[in-house]
Parts: sequence; C-alpha cells; structure tokens
Amino acid sequence: MRHAPRGLAVDLDVPPGEVLAVLGPNGAGKSTLLDLLAGLLRPTAGRIALDGRVLTAAGATGREVLVPAHRRGVALLAQDPLLLPHLSAADNVAFGPRSTGASRREARERAARWLDAVGAGHLAARRPRRLSGGQAQRVAIARALATRPRLLLLDEPMAALDVTAAPEVRRVLREVLRGGQHPERPGGVVLVTHDLLDVLALADRVAVLQDGRVAERGDVHEVLTRPRSAFAAGIAGLVLLTGRATADGLRTADGTLVAGLVDDGCPPGGPAVAVLDPAAVAVHAADPGGSPRNRWRVTVTQLEPRGRAVRVRGRHGPLELFADVTVEAAAEARLAPGDEVHFVVKATAVRVHAAGG
Amino acid sequence: MSRASRAGRRERRAGEPVGGALPAWVHVPAAAGLLLVLVPLVAIVARVDWPRFGELVTSPSSLAALRLSLLTATASTACCLLLGVPMALVLARGSFPGLRVLRSVVLLPLVLPPVVGGLALLYALGRRGLLAPALEVLGVRIAFSTAAVVLAQTFVALPFLVLSAEGALRTAGQRHERVAATLGARPGRVLTRVTLPLVAPGLASGAVLAFARSLGEFGATLTFAGSLEGVTRTLPLEVYLQRESDPDAAVALALVLVAVSVVVVVGVRGREGRGSP
Repeated sequence: MRHAPRGLAVDLDVPPGEVLAVLGPNGAGKSTLLDLLAGLLRPTAGRIALDGRVLTAAGATGREVLVPAHRRGVALLAQDPLLLPHLSAADNVAFGPRSTGASRREARERAARWLDAVGAGHLAARRPRRLSGGQAQRVAIARALATRPRLLLLDEPMAALDVTAAPEVRRVLREVLRGGQHPERPGGVVLVTHDLLDVLALADRVAVLQDGRVAERGDVHEVLTRPRSAFAAGIAGLVLLTGRATADGLRTADGTLVAGLVDDGCPPGGPAVAVLDPAAVAVHAADPGGSPRNRWRVTVTQLEPRGRAVRVRGRHGPLELFADVTVEAAAEARLAPGDEVHFVVKATAVRVHAAGG
Repeated sequence: MSRASRAGRRERRAGEPVGGALPAWVHVPAAAGLLLVLVPLVAIVARVDWPRFGELVTSPSSLAALRLSLLTATASTACCLLLGVPMALVLARGSFPGLRVLRSVVLLPLVLPPVVGGLALLYALGRRGLLAPALEVLGVRIAFSTAAVVLAQTFVALPFLVLSAEGALRTAGQRHERVAATLGARPGRVLTRVTLPLVAPGLASGAVLAFARSLGEFGATLTFAGSLEGVTRTLPLEVYLQRESDPDAAVALALVLVAVSVVVVVGVRGREGRGSP
C-alpha cells in the first residue's frame, strides 16, 4: 500500500483475531496507515482486503475500489474519545448499531452490554462533559466495539490519559480484546502506540514504521528484546522476561524466580512479563552476596559498545539477559565472551506487567 | 501620579496575570470611540416622550409595521438557515477550484450598499427584470410585495449566517464526523446527527445576527419592495416616514429597535462568553 504525498509504502497483514502493534517515531506514517485502513484516505497505489473483501484498490491495473468508511466494518478509536457531546454515554454507544440498521431496542441492549463490559454501566445516562478522561475513553471503547468491527483501529488510545487513568483503560482494553469471554470480539486489531506497556499488554506482533517503511516486524518478544531498528532499540532496549506472575514477581518457564514490583491488575498465575532497564543491572565477577534479591549467574555471550556504555549480553540457562555498564567498569572487570559473571538487580528496578497471550 | 500610588494600584491587582502593557494614550481614542456609540443612544433615550410612549408604539400604523417586521424578519431568518447552512457546508468542507472566489461572492452583500442590493434585486426579479419572463409564466409578481421584503432581507442577512456557520464548522473540525463514519453512519446521518448538533450554538448565534440584520434592513427593502403600509412598510421604514410627520412616534419606535438590538447583542455575546463546544 502506498500513499506518495505522505511518503508511505507498507505491506502488512493482521491475522484474524490478532493484535498488531505499530510503533514508530512521529511522522513515520502511522496515522496515514490508519486513515488508509479506515477509508478516510485514498492511497496512490495499493490494495487493502479484509476477510477476503477488497476495501481499497488503487493504482494497479484493474478497477479502482474505495469502499466508503461507513461500509467497511472498520472502527476507529482515537487518542481523544470524541464522544458526541449532545448524546448520553448510552446513546453514544448505541449510535453505531443504530447507524447500521439495528432497531432502537437492540441498539439499546447492545449499548448496555458493552458499557457493562468496559465497567461503565453506571455511567450510561451521563453526558460526555460529566465523564472523566478515563471514563470517556472506556465509553469510546464500548462504542467502537458495539459496531462489531471486523477490524479495530486503536490510535494511541492511552496517550491523552493521565497516569492513573491509563492503566485502567489499558486493563479494560486487555479484557475486551484478549479476555476471550466476548463472542463479539473484533476480527483483528491494529494498535498504534508509543508506549511499551501497550505493546506488552495488548499485542501479539509488532511492526516498526520508520520514514513510511516497515523497518522491522515480528512477534512482540523478538522485536523488543532484539530490536534491529533504531526506533525499537530506543523505546525497547529493555530486558524482558516472560512467565507467570507471582505475588512478588514472576516465574519464568524454566523456573527462574524474578523479584519485582507487580502491577495492579496483574493477577498471580496470569501471563506476565518482567521488564528491567539494562542500566540498572550491575555486573560482578564474583557473587557479591548482600541484599539484592535478583542474582543470576550468567555466561557472557557478547559485548557491544553503545556510546559511553558497553552492553554485556549473556545467558542464564535459556534466558537471554543483558546489562549496560560503563566502559571503565567493563575494562576494569576485563569482561570477555565466555566469562562467568553475576548479574544483580534490585527488586525495585524490576516491573512486572500483565502480558498478552 | 506618584510612584507610591502606582505601586498601590499594582498591589490591588495582586494575583492576577500581568497583561501586555499598553501605552497610556491608546485609551484616549478608545474612549472617544465608545462615546461615539454611547452618546447618540443616550440622546435618543433622553428624547423619548415617556408619558405617550405606550400610545405611540401601539398606534395602528406602528403595530402594523411591528407585526410586518417580526413576520418578515422571521421568514428571512428561516430562508437564511435553509440556504445558508448548505452554503456554509460547501464552503467549509468542499474542495474545488474557485472556492475562494465563491466565498467572496457570497460575502459581497456584506459590503455592498443595501440600496445597490435592492436595485440589483429589482433588475433581477422586478417587472422588467432579468427573470421577469419566467416569473410571468409562473404568474408570480414579487416586486413591491411582502415576499420582496423577505427577499431583500435575506439578501443582506445571508452573509451573517454563512460566516457564523462556516466558522462554527471549521472550529468543530471533522474528527467527530470521521469517527461517526467508521461507526457505520452514512453521510446523511453524519450530517443530521453529528455535524448539525455540534455546530448548533454557532448556527443559533448566526441566526440571531441574521434576524437582527433583517429587522434593521432599510435600503434594499425601500428600493425593491417600496413602502406600503401593512405590506412592505417595516419598522425602520415607518421610523423614517414618521420622522417628518410625528417625530415623537419615530423616536418611540426607534427605541423599540434599540431594545431589540441590545437583546440580540447580549444574547450573542453571552453565548460566546460561555464558549460553544
């Protein structure tokens, strides 16, 4: 798919039922991509198909197709909830079903069901101006899903929310998109975001856009732990350890315990990911003992210079870990591939989040 | 003024944001301008013959003019809404060559002398006008009828409504409309359920302005519709006519127009002050 005036040329697919996160710097073409998918922008060349139905076709030989936005079954949830200010929350959610031919009663029932699903049932009668940012965004989620979209576009849905509302909305999205209890789940989801937490909580796969091109793509874990594009390395470049949450951390598949601060809304036993900043990892030649609860014996596999720091990559059993140490520290310890060292991280430097999948 | 008193004045404003400083002399022409507006209004209020006010305003010719004015101004406001909202939609949302020229044409009546507007209407729709043969076939005679009053008022008031509506449409933006489309709403439904409710406050103030302009219309009405009592003689025409024969009646009716204007201005400003969504 191409849009020459905005310099976009991408080729992506979203398998049914999956969530594709699209990352990228400002101006990389993320919004253009969503506009093209929603039918709000005509590409200069390319083709968009959803469940085998061609929604957009342009440029190539053959007939031009541009199914208008209202007949695509593609719903958009933006940063700003954009609720209709003159309608109550329930009427906002019922707007989509009413627009697509549902009876008044059916639309009202669907609205009530989705408002309950996003925990906003008690707000049904309120006007948008009397909703908080997080409440409004939850109503907007219900509104988007009540149309039973075959593709749901999420355009940085948590970016405009304050720090207390964002996790709540993220949890709601996680429930409705990944919970599995909703038979009316959207066919596929494209999530544009800047936030690593969104990717971890919601996405199956990641594509990184840079200068209108797909710089890299793959499953979440692969892209975030071994970023190949500069952008992914910038926002990711974090050590990720997947496993199941425990009361005070996470247990990986091979049984390694990681002590950390567990997010609210990350139930023990649920799929989770521990995230730690490699700069918070200390590297010791000998077991330092003492209080830190995360001490791992690691075999150094690789040293990468990164400006004033050195990234020490290593293995602890099947786990891939890395630490950023100063050039001086690396030189003093005479680190080399094959060395046995100890990685030490304070539990307070490890965050455990609920994860997709 | 001493330094101490200046400091004192500043202290009284403690806690308020400091605005950009204005040179003191600016207040002199500003005050003069204000006086230019206020003094004549005060003068006319002072000139009112209060004991006879009720009697003057309720004389048969006054009542006829008042009734006609309210009727025609209401009708022309309705015409302005009917024609002006679609025009504003095209101007705000359309994209085709010549749009800027079109906007200038639409706004022309705003700067055109009303007499010229009336003359132009006469040569378009009058008995010898451009469209006279067509109107004759239809058996319609417009000039010097109440319909002509409504047409003349619509002609001069339309730009006020188009300007307000277009501004409201641009301020509202298209983000709600786009989301509504992705929710499955057809363009017609987006217009009636999303766009128009969003710009309703802007349309209301535009309609109020158009109503006020219609109510005050004089030049185009006199030229195109004439001054027949009960048919085309609106309040401003009645005021002008009475000015010679019965100045007290003219002043009393003028005060009625002033009162309506004040209500309109306060209504529109109040709305703006509250901030439309």
